[in-house]
Amino acid sequence: MGNFRRNKKKLPAISTASLPDIVFMLLFFFMTVTTIKNTPILVDNNLPKADQIKKLEMKERVIEIYVGKPTEELSKVLGSEPKIQLDDRLAHVNEVAPYVLSEIAKRPDAIRNTMTVSLKVDKKVKMGIVSDIKEELRKVNLLKVNYTTFEGNQLSQLQ
Amino acid sequence: MARNNEIPEVNAGSMADIAFLLLIFFLVTATIQTDMGLNRKLPSKEPTPPILVNERNILRIVLNKNDQLMVESEIMGIDELRATAISFLDNGGAAQRAQEPCNYCKGTNDPASSDNPSRAIISLSSDREATYGTYVMVQNELTAAYNTLRNREAQRLFHQDFVEMERQYFDPQTDKAAKKKLMENILAIRELFPMQLSEAETKQIQ
Repeated sequence: MGNFRRNKKKLPAISTASLPDIVFMLLFFFMTVTTIKNTPILVDNNLPKADQIKKLEMKERVIEIYVGKPTEELSKVLGSEPKIQLDDRLAHVNEVAPYVLSEIAKRPDAIRNTMTVSLKVDKKVKMGIVSDIKEELRKVNLLKVNYTTFEGNQLSQLQ
Repeated sequence: MARNNEIPEVNAGSMADIAFLLLIFFLVTATIQTDMGLNRKLPSKEPTPPILVNERNILRIVLNKNDQLMVESEIMGIDELRATAISFLDNGGAAQRAQEPCNYCKGTNDPASSDNPSRAIISLSSDREATYGTYVMVQNELTAAYNTLRNREAQRLFHQDFVEMERQYFDPQTDKAAKKKLMENILAIRELFPMQLSEAETKQIQ
């Protein structure tokens, strides 16, 4: 017993001083890797659910269009009619085509033909505005659309 | 000097805790964007000559402003849509007429339904007042119908699900040679059950 105790005293304490460094490294890694989207979403965006979905690969080939009711604070000013959000502003339907074209112009030539429009539409929105947007997209010959959804069983939302 | 000695060492042990707290905060708040959905191709604006299609080759789906579904003049619940679409696509009624028979169809060969999957067209028209959620549900069910049939054929021909084949094809880690092979197979399956979904412009249905 005495022997044991003496041994223990000789063991140096494991230094935990480098632990914060390791954790900070992890922290910085996550901070740099996760791109927090800084365009604020100005409309309600409760996407519908679907289960027959495909992943949208390659972010640079995607243009996003949000549609939904303005958020609570904004709806006091703008009313509760669904609005279209392009980038960080609310827009009218006929601004969709110019916006999409300007977004395409920002991309390199090689991928311009493979652009997809991701429609992030709130599930309570009426079809009218959605089909107007689709009509606008057809006008500029941008035909690949993706109805972006959450993953899940859609029949469960029937109730 | 004596005083200096009395200052205790700053304990760095809690530093790790603080950093962990920050780490967890970032992990939780940084929501990864959902980028999944149903892919569709819009029809081109170029005028195309009208094609004459036999009425039996069209499955007419109408979504009205109260989110009710009507399939071939009958009101239908959305949960029945998938089965209806499958039996329509897989019908292979041409077997009765001995022209372009569909030798892989397992349907009922009903002469009043579609002749051949390559001719079967699903027409979806929705009211402007219908909600988008329901519309996506309908689209999802129709995609499911196609996927079920395509999976069946892919299993028969290539012993693999069609959905899985597509996933592998779009996976950036799949190498080129495998991709080429996959694409051939995918196209072969798509040939068997081509997705022909016609969407008339949404209109105000009286």
